[in-house]
Amino acid sequence: MTGRPFWDWDWVGRNGDLILDQAVQHLWLTFLAVVIGLAISFPLAVLAYRRRRLYPPIAWLTGTLYTIPSLALFAFLTPFTGLSTLTAEIGLVSYTLLILIRNIVTGLRAVPPEVREAAVGMGYTDRQLLWRIELPLALPAVVAGLRIATVTTIGLVTVTALIGQGGLGALMLGGFRRLYPELAVVLGVGLSVALAVAIDLLLFAGQRWITPWSRRAGDRVVAT
Amino acid sequence: MISLRDVSKVYDGAAPAVDELSLEIDEGEIVVLVGPSGCGKTTTLKMINRLIEPTSGEILVNGRNVLEQDPVELRRGIGYVIQSIGLLPHRTIRQNIATVPDLLRWERPRTRARVDELAEMLRLDHGLLDRYPGELSGGQRQRVGVARGLAADPPVMLMDEPFGAVDPIIRERLQDQFLEIQRELKKTIVFVTHDVDEAIKMADRIAILNIGAVVEQYDAPEAILSEPASDFVKSFVGLERGLKRLSLIKVADIEVEEGPIVAPTDDVSTALAEMERSGFGWASVVEEGRLLGWVDPGCLEGMASVGQYPPRRFSATVTDGSSLREALDTIVTSRTNVAVVVTNGGRYRGVLTLEKLTRELIA
Repeated sequence: MTGRPFWDWDWVGRNGDLILDQAVQHLWLTFLAVVIGLAISFPLAVLAYRRRRLYPPIAWLTGTLYTIPSLALFAFLTPFTGLSTLTAEIGLVSYTLLILIRNIVTGLRAVPPEVREAAVGMGYTDRQLLWRIELPLALPAVVAGLRIATVTTIGLVTVTALIGQGGLGALMLGGFRRLYPELAVVLGVGLSVALAVAIDLLLFAGQRWITPWSRRAGDRVVAT
Repeated sequence: MISLRDVSKVYDGAAPAVDELSLEIDEGEIVVLVGPSGCGKTTTLKMINRLIEPTSGEILVNGRNVLEQDPVELRRGIGYVIQSIGLLPHRTIRQNIATVPDLLRWERPRTRARVDELAEMLRLDHGLLDRYPGELSGGQRQRVGVARGLAADPPVMLMDEPFGAVDPIIRERLQDQFLEIQRELKKTIVFVTHDVDEAIKMADRIAILNIGAVVEQYDAPEAILSEPASDFVKSFVGLERGLKRLSLIKVADIEVEEGPIVAPTDDVSTALAEMERSGFGWASVVEEGRLLGWVDPGCLEGMASVGQYPPRRFSATVTDGSSLREALDTIVTSRTNVAVVVTNGGRYRGVLTLEKLTRELIA
């Protein structure tokens, strides 16, 4: 040891641009993974909800994907897709599917049967039922899934530093870790956790805002 | 208006849920399907708007076979109210009531006016319209359910235990309110319940169904109570058939006796003679047609005229709109053992006695 200090604010200040770039990169990789994951999960979940027999195979497939360790998955993919964003995203997206599909299906199944019966009895078509009633009512569960998927993905993005991506993970693996190893790790982990918490709160607030009924229901009951 | 012709619903490997049911429902009447649970009454109801498809037979609504119509269009033209209500939790009360008008793409101002009208009709406070269903009481929710069923002014309504989810006091209030509305609207209504008292109260005609939706009797409530067609009907209608019949007859429907009357200006000897003559042992004090109360010989001791004694008040009176069941209740709980009949304005009409009610039941 050469007596380097553990923390160096000067260094942090001089590398502010780099840190910010990595944070933005981190968010971008997360955003891509969750949006693509949702785009794949949504039709599969609706299908699994409408045709109950399809749910077990879909759940099994996505569950299997979920159990593959991330390092192994990246190692397996690299020969085909290289050290690329594509490789990273294939992995990240795969891990969102189980969470998202399960939450969307759970949300749809939780729609009270009498609501569905009344709606069909009043002349809703299948499509109107899905878009105007079932999905809006499933929103809290869907957003809950999005929150878990997002927080999980923010953590996993760090690992993709191993294949040359990684956002804040790259901070930890980057060249300067030899200079300030503790600082790099603490900064990387700290910022990554901060991002996860911030996005989670944002999604939670967003859900409260778009589902005013779940906010107000139960707050007060007016007597007849 | 609605005809079911040899309608059956058979599920695989089970006895028919509905077995060749035929039923005619006239325009503007409330027909109540009543029977034990599992008798097929709800299945029958749901076949009319094709929530359940019949296995065989045909169902005509307004002369058109429902099986040849687009189910979605059909349902938008028929009001549907269920026990569990099924309000859309994510829509305000206003949006809930407007459900079918919105599906039919009514112009906004028209829908708005219609919702306001229905809120008034069902006495839903205007402030409730912007709330969500989760914020309302059970009684309010059921009224919203009825308003929603009526929203697009469908000629036909299907109601499956529409007042089943509230306590008896509120249920009674909702029933009265709905009957009042129905007198104006004259919808053709098929109403399902398992509660005989509700059936008797709501129905123009009752169809008593046995397992397999076999019609045991299809008749006016009065006829079902006085002439039950089978032992099944008799046991289903249960005890107190006499009392139930009394609840169907209004005081206005029968003749009242004149009863003993005195005027405040009468002198005591005239009054005592009147009590003696009538055999009641007391008399109503009536001044220019208005009922003031009653007196008996004890009250008048030492008085010169009836008016010198402040008449005692009747603890309860009945009006023309009261049922004979209410009259009976008044008779057995009053000190004088009669029910005094007054008009809504408090004018004296006469008296009802236990003997009179008994004669009415036997007739």
